[in-house]
Amino acid sequence: MRGKGKSALRTRFEEFLRSFLASKMGVIGAALVLLFVVMALFAPLLVTHDPYKLGSPEEVLLPPSSEFLLGTDNVGKDIYSQLVVGAKVSLLIGFLAAGIAAVIGSTVGLVSGYYGGIVDNLLMRIVDIFMAVPSLPVMIVLAAILGPSIWNIIIIIAVLGWPSTARIVRSQVLSVKERPFVEAARCIGASDLSLMFREIMPNVIPVVSAQTVMMVANAIYNESVLSFLGLGDPLHISWGMMLHYAFTSGVMTTAWWWSIPPGLAIALLVLGFAFLGSALNEVLNPRFRTR
Amino acid sequence: MGWKGYIAKKVAITALTLFILISINFFLFRILPGDPARLLFKSPKASKEALAYIRERFGIDKPLWVQYLIYIRETLVGNFGWSFVYNEPVMNVIARRLPNTLLLIGSAAVVSTVIGIILGAIAGWKKGTKTDFIVFGFSIITTWLPSFWVGIILLMVFGWRLRMFPLGGVTTPAASYPSIFSYWADVLWHMTLPMINLLFWYLGEYVLLMRSSMLDVLAEDYIVTARAKGLKERVILIKHAMRNALLPVVTLTTINLGFVVAGAIQTEIVFSWPGLGRLMYDSLVMRDYPLLQGAFLILAICVIAANFFADLIYGYLDPRIRVRGEE
Repeated sequence: MRGKGKSALRTRFEEFLRSFLASKMGVIGAALVLLFVVMALFAPLLVTHDPYKLGSPEEVLLPPSSEFLLGTDNVGKDIYSQLVVGAKVSLLIGFLAAGIAAVIGSTVGLVSGYYGGIVDNLLMRIVDIFMAVPSLPVMIVLAAILGPSIWNIIIIIAVLGWPSTARIVRSQVLSVKERPFVEAARCIGASDLSLMFREIMPNVIPVVSAQTVMMVANAIYNESVLSFLGLGDPLHISWGMMLHYAFTSGVMTTAWWWSIPPGLAIALLVLGFAFLGSALNEVLNPRFRTR
Repeated sequence: MGWKGYIAKKVAITALTLFILISINFFLFRILPGDPARLLFKSPKASKEALAYIRERFGIDKPLWVQYLIYIRETLVGNFGWSFVYNEPVMNVIARRLPNTLLLIGSAAVVSTVIGIILGAIAGWKKGTKTDFIVFGFSIITTWLPSFWVGIILLMVFGWRLRMFPLGGVTTPAASYPSIFSYWADVLWHMTLPMINLLFWYLGEYVLLMRSSMLDVLAEDYIVTARAKGLKERVILIKHAMRNALLPVVTLTTINLGFVVAGAIQTEIVFSWPGLGRLMYDSLVMRDYPLLQGAFLILAICVIAANFFADLIYGYLDPRIRVRGEE
């Protein structure tokens, strides 16, 4: 990995960009993600009303109009503005949960694959146990007990998400550590830590990055389910929460302007990351399929 | 590793998983804020004597580790505690709900496996064609659509606007059935939308698995041999390719049981289908923690047990798995 000049790196990046842009899925995914990132960043400029402000009794459950682009909910809050603000929560939870899971998962996978033996056996049995347990019921119970907050949801999703990354990283490490350059580094006296993080890790990063992007999709999805069940942070507007209120207020089948847009937003953002992830997987790891 | 060693290892891991799950279930609910006796006794005017009685009656006065041992013993004999809301043993409530969940999950899983395998095989066989593009695209999109939201849309369009299907439940309330046939017709009518909702969630996964497994198989030498022998395409597709592509699909299907359950929870909630998923939701809303705990534990045990049997079945079917141990 090391010893290559800057120009070599640049050509590799250009090569990556070219094959990525050739993938329709990747481009669509990147565009969808970008759309929502822009929405989250420029939310204050894009909203037409204060999304937290209750409306007057005459402004309750109004269908879309020029005043309320996507109508209002049962307490008169503007749905379009809530939708815009909701992007931030989804992206924040998605990135942080997937990031934490990626760090834990790669470390465990690296240690497990590198050391082998008892350490490997022990860590992989823990992974087995995590993988054997159905994650949504566990998330529901944890969220119910820990209480509704964004941080709890991030931690819950990350704690249940790292094992798949650990497994993938481990199997990569097993093949990478047999390669000659690792042996060479070992011969010149490199320590275990430096072998793991300097020599092996860079070769695992392509796999981890594709897997992490997929995990962002998963995390956003799971957050929306938890919020839909009423386990979301009541202090922040999220798309799942909007659907929760539409569902519990009993008008979800009639007020289409309230129940369709948030779900569509979740679907598009999740699909964006999923497309991006599988395109990255194809470009970075042509011989490796995760799903 | 021999067959016996393989079974022993699987039994050990399954037992350990169950033990950890039960322990987590115990300790998690102990960190809930508030005095459990107060929780049981909703009246704020409860006397000190009454609270002391409740503590003794439910063993809350004993040290934590004694409570833990009692909890494990009671769980193992199937006593999951008392539901605040239904005022009867949690196990009774669960026993009433479990058949509904199994009916819904079972039928949806069977239908989607069959359709998924056929669609996936066709897509893999015709890789790169328009058929493949449509099937592949449909599968990817449906697996990532929020299932509960698809349910809401189905309910809105077919239940509310078109009035083609009921808005929820298993049977029409207060209906009388002249025959067993009309009863099942009613159940089936109620089950149609939830089934479609679940198909949306399950189908794509099976299609994608079967397709990628087909692509692997089609690259094998024996397919080339079969072609060289001049066998008919249909024979190659069904006898040579599909058959061999099935094993990995069966293998992966059961690993996805957690995902099967996740779909069922969402669907049951939206369609008020009185199964375990809806029960979890209801107990969550009503803060009936023993019931939530019980429903969760039963769901988890079902998944873990099913995983265990699936492991045994393919260990038996595919000797490579038990010899190789783990990859």
